[in-house]
Amino acid sequence: MSGFGTLLYKELLRFWKVAFQTIAAPVLTTLLYLLIFSHVMQGRAPVYGEVPYVAFLVPGLVMMAVLQNAFANSSSSLIQSKVTGNIIFVLLPPLSHWDFFAAYVLASVVRGMAVGAGVLLVSLAFVELSFEHPLWLIAFALAGSAILGTLGLIAGIWAEKFDQVAAFQSFLIMPLTFLSGVFYSIHSLPAFWQGLSQFNPFFYMIDGFRYGFFGVSDIDPALSLAVALANLLVFTAVTLALLKRGYKLRH
Amino acid sequence: MTPAIQIQQVHKRFGTVQALCGIDLEVAQGEFFGLLGPNGAGKTTLINILAGLARADSGSVRVLGHDVVTQYRESRRALGVVPQELVFDPFFSVRETLRFQSGYFGLKRNDAWIDEVMHHLDLTGKADANMRSLSGGMKRRVLVAQALVHKPPVIVLDEPTAGVDVELRQGLWEFVRGLNRDGHTIVLTTHYLEEAEALCARIAMLKQGRVVALDTTSNLMNRRDSLYLRLRLAGAALPAALAARVRDSREAVHTLRLRSYAEVEGVLAQVREAGAQIEELELLQPDLEDVFVQIMKDAKG
Repeated sequence: MSGFGTLLYKELLRFWKVAFQTIAAPVLTTLLYLLIFSHVMQGRAPVYGEVPYVAFLVPGLVMMAVLQNAFANSSSSLIQSKVTGNIIFVLLPPLSHWDFFAAYVLASVVRGMAVGAGVLLVSLAFVELSFEHPLWLIAFALAGSAILGTLGLIAGIWAEKFDQVAAFQSFLIMPLTFLSGVFYSIHSLPAFWQGLSQFNPFFYMIDGFRYGFFGVSDIDPALSLAVALANLLVFTAVTLALLKRGYKLRH
Repeated sequence: MTPAIQIQQVHKRFGTVQALCGIDLEVAQGEFFGLLGPNGAGKTTLINILAGLARADSGSVRVLGHDVVTQYRESRRALGVVPQELVFDPFFSVRETLRFQSGYFGLKRNDAWIDEVMHHLDLTGKADANMRSLSGGMKRRVLVAQALVHKPPVIVLDEPTAGVDVELRQGLWEFVRGLNRDGHTIVLTTHYLEEAEALCARIAMLKQGRVVALDTTSNLMNRRDSLYLRLRLAGAALPAALAARVRDSREAVHTLRLRSYAEVEGVLAQVREAGAQIEELELLQPDLEDVFVQIMKDAKG
């Protein structure tokens, strides 16, 4: 196996060995959101004309789970290795910055997709969903998890302690996901907040993902995908540059 | 022949601390080389730069002719490093750890060598044990095995016996000696000077980021301008005229510094004249520790 293949396999095995914590727990948490919100919001006006609120909510929650777990995977793996010092095991071998980047981000994508698929499968037992454009749906899930896996890598590279990764997650990732239209359509917001939401890259990922289910969205999915890919490109370039320089990894 | 390690004018600063100020060193292939120095001398920084864990501010470092920055793939493949810190990945077993390390170097079907390394380091019984469950000494052995998993021609051991029990230390040195006999270049940093004296053919001493001595171990030992005479006296105290020669005194046992054998007779005569009887007498050759202390003193400031 190549160096990249080994690192990818190691990263996959790392979360798989603690799958209760890395897959089962987030699936359960997300389903609790679904249970509570669908109960509280019962009777709320349907969205997009005839889509019931609960059906509208499921893709948002799935995507939120995908994004948060993709971020958690790369950021926690890297900060753990840095704090315990075993990061040297991957710094000593002849792995390139591309190998390093691709292995961590792909493992994040797999974890994000696994949790997302788990949430979706269990939701299907309670909620009836349509799958209008499955390819769009998959494209947005892949792009979203890759973006968050990359952001997790940046957070892990930058942080020197667990506390700083937690701050990155709580003060940046969480607000951006919660305010991106997971729980509502931005058309229900006042004009000012509607405008502001358009600067949130997470909004495009969730809106586009939802289009895959219902064939309706707030924004043209092609535009949303373009925004997501542009974000991915920028974060990728930043991360590769940091890795190449050895920023906070090779002192 | 290409040197195993070539270090030229390496400078490194951490904030306001100048960790390395212009290191020049060359280690030939097949050498058993010692890197000595007090804490903070820059040994680990130098090794980190060699391994690519740190970057030099200026200067160049090559492993078997490969620059550690521009040709890092080749240089890292040629190098095995046993780090000073006892680090491990708590998610995996010993065998998994070694397989991953081997895989990072792009090696396929390396299980035969992994088994051999585990056997030599007495790890076979623990192959499937989780890293967390191992004692400190066993974790240290795994670190050695990890450094050897890609059969590197150049092996660097950064204080590998710190906090390790005597039995493991002996076993480890036997193993490392064997690697050296098989043609591997070994670079060793250690706090135990008797280890360096017994193992290393050539030694560099570092102090405050500079090389203060670089010579074969035997030449360093010959630098001694003194030998020691240890006496146990009875009947009278050590005569005051000999006070300047005292290295240490414990009750009636005195260790005196002599410049040459010719001085032995004179000293003994003075003791006799003072009315003291000699109960025990021993002539001591200075060891590397004396040379080390002397060189560190000379390099003060």
